[in-house]
Amino acid sequence: MTTGKYEAVIGLEVHAELKTNTKAFCSCGLSFGAIPNSHVCPGCLGMPGTMPVLNRELVEYAIKTGLALNCKIAEYCRFDRKNYFYPDLPNGFQISQLDLPICTAGSLEIETQQGKKTIGINRVHMEEDAGKLVHQGNIMTTPYSLADLNRAGTPLLEIVSEPDMRSPQEARMYLEKLRSILLFLGVSDCRMEEGSLRCDANISIRPWGQEKLGTRAEIKNLNSFRALERAAEYEIKRQIEVLEEGGQLVQETRTWDEDRQVTLSMRSKEQAQDYRYFPDPDLTPIIIGQDWIERVRKTLPELPDQARERLIKEYNLPPYDANLLTMSKDVLDFFDGCVAEYKEPKAVANWVMGELTRLLNQNNMEIKDAKISPSSLAQMLKLLEQGTISGKIAKVVFEEMFATGESPDKIVKDRGLVQISDESAIKAIVEEVITGNPKVVEDFKNGKGKALGFLVGQVMKISKGKANPEMVNQLLKEELSRR
Amino acid sequence: MGLMDKDIEKLAILARINLTPEEKETYAVQFNSILDSTRVLDELPTDVVEPLIYVLPLYNVMRDDEVRPSLSNDEAMANAPLHEEAKFKVPRLI
Amino acid sequence: MKLYQLSVKKIAEMLARREVKAQEVLESVAERISQVEHKIQAFTTLTLEEAQKTAMDIDRRGEITGLAGIPCGIKDNLCTRGVKTTCASKMLENFIPPYDATVVNKLKSDGAVMVGKMNMDEFAMGFSTETSCFYPTHNPWDLARVPGGSSGGSAAAVAAGEVFYALASDTGGSIRQPAAFCGVVGLKPTYGRVSRYGLVAFASSMDQVGPLTRDVTDCALVMNAICGYDHRDSSSREAEVPDYRDFLQTDIKGMKIGFPREYFLDEVEPSVREAVKKALLKYEELGAVVEETSLPHSKYALPVFQIIASAETSSSMARYDGVRYGYRDENAQDIAEMMSNSRGRGLGPEVKRRILLGTHFLSKDSYDAYYLKAMKVRRLIKEDFDRAFEKFDLLVSPAAVSTAFKLGEKTEDLSGVLNIPANLAGIPAMSIPGGVVDGLPVGLQLMGPPLAEGTLLKAAYAFEQGSDYHLRTPILEV
Repeated sequence: MTTGKYEAVIGLEVHAELKTNTKAFCSCGLSFGAIPNSHVCPGCLGMPGTMPVLNRELVEYAIKTGLALNCKIAEYCRFDRKNYFYPDLPNGFQISQLDLPICTAGSLEIETQQGKKTIGINRVHMEEDAGKLVHQGNIMTTPYSLADLNRAGTPLLEIVSEPDMRSPQEARMYLEKLRSILLFLGVSDCRMEEGSLRCDANISIRPWGQEKLGTRAEIKNLNSFRALERAAEYEIKRQIEVLEEGGQLVQETRTWDEDRQVTLSMRSKEQAQDYRYFPDPDLTPIIIGQDWIERVRKTLPELPDQARERLIKEYNLPPYDANLLTMSKDVLDFFDGCVAEYKEPKAVANWVMGELTRLLNQNNMEIKDAKISPSSLAQMLKLLEQGTISGKIAKVVFEEMFATGESPDKIVKDRGLVQISDESAIKAIVEEVITGNPKVVEDFKNGKGKALGFLVGQVMKISKGKANPEMVNQLLKEELSRR
Repeated sequence: MGLMDKDIEKLAILARINLTPEEKETYAVQFNSILDSTRVLDELPTDVVEPLIYVLPLYNVMRDDEVRPSLSNDEAMANAPLHEEAKFKVPRLI
Repeated sequence: MKLYQLSVKKIAEMLARREVKAQEVLESVAERISQVEHKIQAFTTLTLEEAQKTAMDIDRRGEITGLAGIPCGIKDNLCTRGVKTTCASKMLENFIPPYDATVVNKLKSDGAVMVGKMNMDEFAMGFSTETSCFYPTHNPWDLARVPGGSSGGSAAAVAAGEVFYALASDTGGSIRQPAAFCGVVGLKPTYGRVSRYGLVAFASSMDQVGPLTRDVTDCALVMNAICGYDHRDSSSREAEVPDYRDFLQTDIKGMKIGFPREYFLDEVEPSVREAVKKALLKYEELGAVVEETSLPHSKYALPVFQIIASAETSSSMARYDGVRYGYRDENAQDIAEMMSNSRGRGLGPEVKRRILLGTHFLSKDSYDAYYLKAMKVRRLIKEDFDRAFEKFDLLVSPAAVSTAFKLGEKTEDLSGVLNIPANLAGIPAMSIPGGVVDGLPVGLQLMGPPLAEGTLLKAAYAFEQGSDYHLRTPILEV
C-alpha cells in the first residue's frame, strides 16, 4: 500500500495462552471446550479466603520464551494486581506484572523484501486470563450474559513489541515469526481462531523523517494474520484521511469489524480506567539466578531461524522451502521425520509443501491432527523411487494415506495399484491399442506429435494407470516404428 | 486540598459502590479528616527508604504443575444468585 | 465447678482418662449457651447438631488425644465447609463455602468439636463488634459494654464459658484488644506462622489467625494444633514448630524486657497505665530485667495502617460483585448497576468507607503520596522493632488504652496505636489478663521478635502463675 507523505508505525501486544497442565495460580486443569464451569475451584472462582499459589511451569515457560526472544531475564520480578470489575474476572483483579516484568529488551528477526529486519521486544510478562462471557446475540442488545470461568486463571504471556514495524506486511511477518517461535518452544498452541494467541495492534502515522510518534490507536479483535494485515491497512488509510482532511487523531481503542472490514471506535462514556496496580501481598517475589537461567537454556529446542539455516545448509533446500517448512514446529517435525527415513530432502519438501499442505487446507486441519505419518510418506516415496508405483498412482495412494492413515504398502496391495513393468504384459496392451486405433496410428505416421500422447493415454487407461509410463512410451514407439 | 463530592463520586464509580447522597456527604467529611491525619507522614524524610513490600524473607514460593480435582459444576453454582446452562447469569453489559 | 468452666488442658486430661465423655462436655457447654447466649450474642451460627455427631464419634475412639472432643468456636471469617461463613455481613449472609480453612481442617482432623461461628465486626473491620450486620455482642463482665473487636464474639464466648477456646483473626489488634476487654488470653502469631488459607482477607499483608483461650497453657495447646507450613498459603513459613508446652516455665530470671515509652502516653488511661506498670514490677520481682526503651516511629503506625489496610481491602473486597455468590440486586438493568447496587447495599458503612479510601490511596494520582509513602514508613516501623529486639527478648505494653467501653460510646479505635505496630512488622504479640480496674479486666501486651511465640508464652506463663487475674470469671446471672 502507498502511504504518501506518511510513515506508518506499528507495535503489537500479543497474548499467548500457555499449555501448562494447570492454571497459573491454582491446580485446576486447563480446558478448551469442556463443560462450562467444570474446571474451576474456590480459588479461580474468587471465593473468599482463597489464595494464589504460583505454578512453577509458568515461570519456566516465561524464561524459555524470554531466552528465545533474546531478552534480558530479570533477576528480581514480582506480581501486581490490576484492579477492574468485569463479570468474567472472579477476583475483581487480574494478577499481572506492572513495573518489574520477567523479561525485557529482546528482539526477533523478520525477512522483508529489503532483507533482514530486527524488531525489538519491549517486554514479556506473566499474567492470568479471565473467563468467557457468552451473549445471546449481540452484545449491545442481549438482555443478559452468561459467564463461564473455565478459562479464568489460565496462564498467559503478554509479549509487547517496540513500535518497530513500518507496514501491515511487517506486522504480519512479526506475528508469524513470533508464533513459529512459540510453537517451536512448545509453550503455546497459538491457535488464533480459538483465542490461544491474541493480538492487539498499536498503530500511528507520522510524516516521513519525523521522530516523534503520532497519536496512536489500539486495535483489538484481530484473530487471524489476515485480520491483522487488513485492519492495519484500513487503519493507516483512515488515519491518513483524517489528517489530510485537516482533522485531528485521538488516542483511542478501536475494534476490527471482520464483517464490514473496518475499525470502529470503542470509546465509552466512562472516564479513563485507573487500574490501581499494587504488589500482590499474597505472592512472594521471584528471584531468578544465573543457574536457573542456564538450566532452562539447556532445554531450549532448535528455533525457527536455526532450523531454517539447517535446511538450507545441510539439505540444500532453497530459502523459500526452508521458510515454509519452519513456519510451524509440527510441519518441520513431519519433514524431519520423513527425511530421516527417505534421504531425498527436496522430494520430501515438495510433497510436504504440495500435496500435504493442499489436503490440510482443503480439510481445514493441522498437521498434528492428520492421520498420515512421516514414516508412511517416506515409504511411499521409496515405492515411487523403486518404480513400484507411478507418480500418478502416488497421488492416489497419498490421498488414501491422508484419509485413512493406512500404510502405502497396504493401500497399493489392497487396491492392486502396483505398477506394471512386465514387458510382455505392457506389450499386449500396446498391441491392443495400436490395433484398435488405426486412424490415430495413421496420424502419428503423418507426423502428428499429439497422436503419441493419445495412444499413451489409452494404454494407461486400459492398465488403470498402473503401467510403467516410461516403458509404455518406449514400447509404443518401438511398435509404431515397426508398422 | 480536600476531597470534594465529585471525587467521592469518582471513587464510588471506580469501586462499584452505589452511594446514597447522605453517604456521600458523610464520607466526604470523614475522608478529609482521615487524609488530614495521614499528613503527619509528610514530616518524615523517606527518599532513601526502600518500601517494605514483603514483610517476610520469602521468595520463589511455587508449586508443581500437577492437576488436582476441580469442583463439580453443581458445587461451583451452589452459591450463585442466578445461573443458567451451567453458567453464571448476569444482566447485560451495556 | 461445672464442666464448661474447666480449662482445655483439664478437659483434655479428663477425656483422655475417660473420666468424662465428650458428649457430656458438649452438653455442659450447650446448657451454658442456652442460659447466657441471649445476653451475650456471641454466635452468628450455632452448629450443635453437627457438634453432637462429632462428640459421639470421639467417644467411640480408642484413644482421645490433643483437642479431640473439646468444644470450640470459630470466628465467622474462617471458612467452614457446608456451614455458613458470613463475616457478619449482609453480603455473605447465605454464603456456604465448599471448603474448610486450613486451620479449621487441622482442628477437625484433631477431633475438635465446633459448636458455632462467632460474631465479629463486618469483615473484621471494627473494634467493638458493633459493625456486625446481625447484632452487637455484649461483654460478659458488663453487658452494657462491648467485648472489643473485631473478634468480640470469640473473646466473649471464651470468657462466658460458651466455648473452651476460639480461633480468630488479627489484622490490627482484632484478637488482642477483645482479649484485653474480656479478660482472656489472645495471641496473634508471627505473620506466616499460621496458614491464612480460608481466612477471608481484610488486609492480606497483616492478617493472621490465632487462638483465644482462658489461660496461657490452653493457648500453647491450641497453638500446637494450628501452627505450621501450608502449601496453599504462599506466605506460610516452613520454620519448624516447637511443642509450645515446653515453654510453660516460670523461671524467667535474666529475661530482658523493654517497655516502649511511646506505648504509655496520654492516650492510655491512667488507671490502665498504672495496672501495666504494676505488672512490670511483677516481672522485675520474677527476676526479669525491665528497662524503658523507645520505638520512635510508633506514632506513624496508625496512618500507615489506614493507608495500607484500606488499599489492600479495596482490592481483596472487589470479588464481592454479586456474580458468583453473595448478595445481589436482582432488579438492576445492567452489569455496572448490578455490581454497584449489590455492593452499595450488601456492604456496611465501615466496609464501604475503607474500600473507597483504599481506592483513593491506590489511584494514579495518590499512589506515591500515600501508598508508597506508607510502605516506606512501614519499613521504619519494622526497623524500630529489629533494633529493640537486638537488646530485648520481648516488649511489654498495655494491650488496650482502656478497659471495655460502653456500647455506642466510641467511634474511633483508640487502642490501634498499641496493637497495629506488631501487624505492620509481622511480629508475634499477645494479650494476657494483667490487672483489674473497676472490676473490668486490663490487658497486658507482650511483643516478641519473629517466631518467638515460645518466649511470649514463657513470659506470659510466668506472669500468670504469679497472679490470679486469669482465675477471675465474669458473673453472669442465669
